[in-house]
Amino acid sequence: MDAATKLYQSRANVLGYTSTLGTALPFLVLLLVGIGFPLFGGGYWGVIATRACVYWVLVSGLNLVVGFAGQIAIGWVALLTLGAYTTSVFAAGNATPAFPPYLALTIAAAVGAISGLVIGLPALRLRTFYFAITTLGFATIVTQVALAWQSVTGGGVGVPGPIFPEPFSSQWGFYYFCFGLAAICTWMTANVAASRFGRALTAIRDAEVAAEANGISKPAILVPIFLFSGAVASVAGGLFASLQSYITPDAFTLDLSILFFIAILIGGRGSILGPLLGTILLTVLPELAAPLVAWSTFLYAALLLVIVLAIPGGIAEILDFKNRRPLASGRAIIPRPDLIKELFNQPRNAGSLTLERLAMSFGGVKAIDDLDLEILPGQVHGLIGPNGSGKTTILNVISGYYAQQRGTVRLNGTELAALGRYQRAQMRIARTFQTPRIVGSASVLENVMIGGTIDGQGTFVESLLSLPRHRRDEHILRGTAMLSLTVVGLDRLAPVRADRLQHSELRFIEIARALMLRPAFLLLDEPAAGLTVEEIERLGALLLAIAQAGIGVLVVEHHPDLIFDICHHVTVLNLGKLLAAGTPAQIRSHREVVNAYLGG
Amino acid sequence: MVQSIVSTGVAIGCIYALIGITYNVMFSASRVFSFTAGTLGMLGGVLGSLFIAYMGIPVPIGFLLVLTAGAVFGIITEIVAVRPVLKSLDQHLYVLSTLALALLVQQFTAIKWGTEARPFPRLFDIARGGFDQQFWLPMLACVAVIVGLELLYRYSLVGRAFLAISEDNYAARALGLPERSLRMASFALAGVIGTLAGFTGGEMLLAFFGNAPILTFYGFVPVALGGMGNNRGAVVAGLSLGLFQQAANFLVGGIFASVAVFTVFIVVLLVRPEGLAGAPLQRRV
Repeated sequence: MDAATKLYQSRANVLGYTSTLGTALPFLVLLLVGIGFPLFGGGYWGVIATRACVYWVLVSGLNLVVGFAGQIAIGWVALLTLGAYTTSVFAAGNATPAFPPYLALTIAAAVGAISGLVIGLPALRLRTFYFAITTLGFATIVTQVALAWQSVTGGGVGVPGPIFPEPFSSQWGFYYFCFGLAAICTWMTANVAASRFGRALTAIRDAEVAAEANGISKPAILVPIFLFSGAVASVAGGLFASLQSYITPDAFTLDLSILFFIAILIGGRGSILGPLLGTILLTVLPELAAPLVAWSTFLYAALLLVIVLAIPGGIAEILDFKNRRPLASGRAIIPRPDLIKELFNQPRNAGSLTLERLAMSFGGVKAIDDLDLEILPGQVHGLIGPNGSGKTTILNVISGYYAQQRGTVRLNGTELAALGRYQRAQMRIARTFQTPRIVGSASVLENVMIGGTIDGQGTFVESLLSLPRHRRDEHILRGTAMLSLTVVGLDRLAPVRADRLQHSELRFIEIARALMLRPAFLLLDEPAAGLTVEEIERLGALLLAIAQAGIGVLVVEHHPDLIFDICHHVTVLNLGKLLAAGTPAQIRSHREVVNAYLGG
Repeated sequence: MVQSIVSTGVAIGCIYALIGITYNVMFSASRVFSFTAGTLGMLGGVLGSLFIAYMGIPVPIGFLLVLTAGAVFGIITEIVAVRPVLKSLDQHLYVLSTLALALLVQQFTAIKWGTEARPFPRLFDIARGGFDQQFWLPMLACVAVIVGLELLYRYSLVGRAFLAISEDNYAARALGLPERSLRMASFALAGVIGTLAGFTGGEMLLAFFGNAPILTFYGFVPVALGGMGNNRGAVVAGLSLGLFQQAANFLVGGIFASVAVFTVFIVVLLVRPEGLAGAPLQRRV
């Protein structure tokens, strides 16, 4: 690692450090209040506080599913029920010899993890509403089974909850037990949120196509999340049973599920603090006045409606003071093409990317018709042609979104699998999109870091527990992202929420994200659309510098000036067919091209 | 015994199919699945019982009042929970806004009407037994809705405008169709169909606030299996669901019948996420 990269890492760390201090403060306050709570509150408020902790243990895990991954899991009470019964039944010894309560709770965590996966799996294949309905179905089914399986669950009569031995048997003892678990869950989910896994989840939520292009596979990332979320929900169930001291199926109404779900949305998606405050708020709210108890779910529903319609960002958005400071107006994007060689300090020995006799049609329309194309490393290849001539379709075939009907795409002579969009990042083929696909609620730096997801070494568990490999991954990713942002000229906007930026800035963020892969080939879909003349010039210089570092660059564009300025080779398409190919000078004087496309 | 399974199964299946059509009518007009479909079914039963059994309003007037209330609730759904989030359809906020509205109504009913199931009045003063009105009423309603919708879509200008909107919203607007009024009309129509399902099935399902989530779930099964927006698919799938559920009820008992229905639903969806009738893939890039 040379001196300059170190410099960017330390700059990124300063940014990271100051924001860590700011974000950690509210949690520290809550921690102190939680530890000191028995000093002010007593009796009934102790029960409420314990309940809030138990709920948060569940909601913290569900938050990763709903708030981060954006999966509408309404029926998570199913896992609470399952955990409550598993713990109680094993601790009471209804079906087996009686187990010690801690062991019963551990078994419940394992059962919950597997069930979380079973309930969550349909999310990998089903659309949003379908998945919401299946979780609703699970919630109904689990309660009905609890009611019917009398020999084990006691049916409608119920079963006593577990009692945890000293020192956790007293009211405050049990409170500290639950509070401790809640604190650990907060810490673990915050670790995940700040890891490449957390960023990948938000990418799946807000920009799924971009996530795929960066090698993030939805199943691979959602499986550990469902396992974790199921396990903590089930543990919460065990605690809930102990708090209730006796459980019947009536205790697990859909209202509880709604509370968990709404706590997250009121808190704000993609936040840990927001849903934590949301959980406390919804637990305490009905206790403030007696009539509110009956109306609590009505109240939650009303809150949900208001939040969705008026403040989709929830409490987290209200508390996000940092992003309310106005941004400098008239800011310019000044890329630093000279820094590219720091990003590509190891030479890539890539061969060429070739398309052979490629054909693809949509219905009767031939989008690509028997096309050959070769993209060489170290060159900028321009792809131009009128609308509907098949330019973006070619990009989509290369990056694995469309399957061609005939022909092959080869990298270095190896055939690329059709539709293998997750594998393109591994092969170091990066791309940008016609409309920038960005996670609006994440910071600019985080958005760029998404591009480096596949280069992380640590596993999900290492991130959960913030082990050294996770910290090293984050350190390196942050440094590279900062360097990448400096290259495209946006380093000063690193901590800003991405949805506050201008359109042209989003285009450069996409390039920075693509550079995180240290690609062998970079495919750009109309990178100059919506840019000013100066910005287009700077973009051209940047792309040339990228090519000089040994990367093959394919540019689909409508701006002839940009194409003729920077391309080494230009291909002109018309109706999916090759119209002309050659150097910019040859194309500029090609009679058919001038007639069909450029105009005289 | 077989006769009882068949008549109950077909009648319940007709209610599920009608709720499925309620989902579809709203979906066709707005590309939105609304959680209020089951709520409408629940309201049909509760309001019917309230108007006729408790307030003593004559059956025909009570019936019309229930359907009017359904239409009004449909329009409120469109204004409050659908229109504001249509701009950002890809964020799926409608799932949350319609869920919130459905919960509001359901909880309000639970508090004001009570959480106990109350009886629904007999609509026609004829002796019980044989092929009873509680069975043939939902069937009649289902047939009437299907025939009515076919006639509407085939032979009336408004119906064709509905079809145009559901086929291609942008093109329809470009042609000058009043998209917003048509959407509100669709939601009103869905409201009528949903409450009709609950009203005619009232004697079987009773006037019970808890019917809302049950109908939301079982009414969605025909949509998911029959293909979204496909009314014929919804009827076939709804009837199969009703018969399967009743048969399973008889063979393995009520609770495991629900488990069986749920398992079949999940398995079919995982194998064919677009439903048995199929639907084209969307363009994403």
